[in-house]
Amino acid sequence: MFPFSFEWVWDLGHLVFHGALWYALSILGIGLTYCILKAAWQASRGEEHEHGHH
Amino acid sequence: MDQPKNKRYGMVIDLDKCTGCGACMVACMAENNIPFRDDDTDKLLSVSWMHVYRLSNGKPFPQAEECFLPRPCQHCEGEHGHSPCVSVCPATATDYDMHTGIVSQIYTRCFGCRYCMAACPYHVRQFNWWDPVWPEGMERALNPDVSVRMRGVVEKCSFCYSRYQTALNRAYVEGRRELAEEEYQTACAQACPAGAIVFGDLNNPRHRVHRIVQPDLAHGGRPRNPKAFRLLERLGTHPKVYYLTGRDWVRRAGDNEVQKS
Amino acid sequence: MDSALIPKGVERCPLGRFLAFIAIVGAVLLWGVVAMFLIYIKGLNQTNMNNAYGFALWIWADLAVIALGGGAFFTGLLRYIFGKAELKNIINYAVLIGFVCYSSALLILAIDVGQPLRAWFIFWHANVHSMLTEVAFCLTCYFGVLTIEYIPLILENRQIERISFFRHLAHNMHGIMAVFAATGAFLSFFHQGSLGGVSGVLYGRPFGFRSGIGIWPWTFFLYTWSAAACGPCFTILVTRITEMATRKKLVKDEVIDLLAKIAGWMLVTYIAAKIVDTVYWAAVTAPAMGFTLMDFYTNNPGSAYGLWILIAEVGLCGVLPALMLIAPSVRRNARLLFLAVLLAVLGACLNRWVMILQMQAVPVLPFERWFTYFPSWQEIATTILPVAYGIILIAFSYRYLPIFPQEAELNPLPEGGR
Repeated sequence: MFPFSFEWVWDLGHLVFHGALWYALSILGIGLTYCILKAAWQASRGEEHEHGHH
Repeated sequence: MDQPKNKRYGMVIDLDKCTGCGACMVACMAENNIPFRDDDTDKLLSVSWMHVYRLSNGKPFPQAEECFLPRPCQHCEGEHGHSPCVSVCPATATDYDMHTGIVSQIYTRCFGCRYCMAACPYHVRQFNWWDPVWPEGMERALNPDVSVRMRGVVEKCSFCYSRYQTALNRAYVEGRRELAEEEYQTACAQACPAGAIVFGDLNNPRHRVHRIVQPDLAHGGRPRNPKAFRLLERLGTHPKVYYLTGRDWVRRAGDNEVQKS
Repeated sequence: MDSALIPKGVERCPLGRFLAFIAIVGAVLLWGVVAMFLIYIKGLNQTNMNNAYGFALWIWADLAVIALGGGAFFTGLLRYIFGKAELKNIINYAVLIGFVCYSSALLILAIDVGQPLRAWFIFWHANVHSMLTEVAFCLTCYFGVLTIEYIPLILENRQIERISFFRHLAHNMHGIMAVFAATGAFLSFFHQGSLGGVSGVLYGRPFGFRSGIGIWPWTFFLYTWSAAACGPCFTILVTRITEMATRKKLVKDEVIDLLAKIAGWMLVTYIAAKIVDTVYWAAVTAPAMGFTLMDFYTNNPGSAYGLWILIAEVGLCGVLPALMLIAPSVRRNARLLFLAVLLAVLGACLNRWVMILQMQAVPVLPFERWFTYFPSWQEIATTILPVAYGIILIAFSYRYLPIFPQEAELNPLPEGGR
């Protein structure tokens, strides 16, 4: 999973597999962080959005 | 003579010599600390790295014939070391060693998903359904060079890899880099009273296995000796265990396509 | 008593009846939990697996629930990426069903491994060439996606929603749901495919082995395609069962009809590809490995695998529901639609069964016989366990969360609402 585990090799297989994995994980992580931070910001400012449109 | 650098350890078993005595199985169990249970009658639940099959030509007396077929791990080379089992292991717990041609199993790495067992057509991979329980006092008779396995992991024949390591250590101490043929032999090969099992380096023309099999290394090690065959040759697993027989029906029992024709 | 938690504008059964129902299902759940601990404590010798049958009921259950859980990714793809806006009325439930399926699969996998404490090795010491590694990574990641998609639903509970932060969080997550859905579809494509690859790459097993493109055997694509076809069928099936259990209409017919129509066309194309694959395998792939088609279906005393299973999978549970689902008249008939989606679901389950169980039953060495297997009660109990868990989670979610946007409209309260 990480380059420091001893079976790791810098070959195409590892780059493609883990590249795709970390890419997907980053999107999820960034998306989730964005939602949480924005919600915290909105909540602290007492903002309201119009309701029931999702 | 210019020799290939890497070894390709393999075995040839003469089925016309095998009497089915089972000494190879016993020697293997003792050498490799293979666990057993009080009631080990269900062979699908027991562990035996070396298993002797009993084949019959299915004909009535007096044409009835039997053949005993010892089956260790076939140490398949596949294409470029992609044996059926090695490439499927999700945790890199089994490995094809390019230096020896031996398929290893790392017991402490295996977490028991059993995908390799599903992958192996020879059923050489067996699962520890129970923790090993040794009869009173037997712990002291275990081989200290071979780790015992716990329940929940897969194990299989390693061509007595600990013997290879021991022999190599000794050679290094003596300032040598190469092993002589007799320095590294598996327990089963040494135990066989009929001398039916021959073990050695298929890449080394001086070794008996090479001389008997005459492997065509350009074609996955296909035997040139007309008496030699491998199990399930058509699958392309390129095993390094060869069988010898002069009997047609035994040879036909080794592969599916041949059997039907 | 719990009316403060129940969504506005809808009616739920009395709490006592609800709890009695939960208790009954809970008893089944408990039975499964007992079996699970028995297996954890005593080991896999509690199963009827053996050295010839290393993969058995659990792996089938895993493959089947993941295929059926595919309704979540495919409905999400249609809703968020292809813009089928009507599907917003069923996407919540598709997500919930997917969440149940994937958490069940992870649970079963955690029971299935011989050394559960080492299960993390599959991530840490990952062998990127193994189909199972790809399955483990994508499955876990996609379970994360499903959790992300399920969380906003929980946050929309009447009481939780009163907290400003949670209300905003749910809103924000809905706002970028398309991003999550797209990532989920990407992950799903690979792990559904990798599950197909599990048997497809086994070149020592002529029954399962398939040729393919590059590192991907044909089963890779067939599994993804069948999950996209049969997953939505399972979503429809469970929706209909929920409607029967609650005696309410929860989703409008147009929505179901649209999803069924898409699933139908997916199934038509899948089954056509499956037939081509089967013919090619029977005529080319297997014979090259020394097997005729009938080797896989005959001379098998003690096991029930005959040609019937191929006919049942491809014909009865493949071609038939595919043709039914693309016919508008069938889709308009509630009973026929139910039958069609049920057959499609059975077809996916049967396909997974065959590719895992029958694959191992077929002898490869010419001097071996067919292997037989029947699961132990511990295996059955631990396979039913996730079903019970799923029913409980769905029951709680239905009761306290606004899962069905059209429910209030379809079931107006007599006295103008709560």
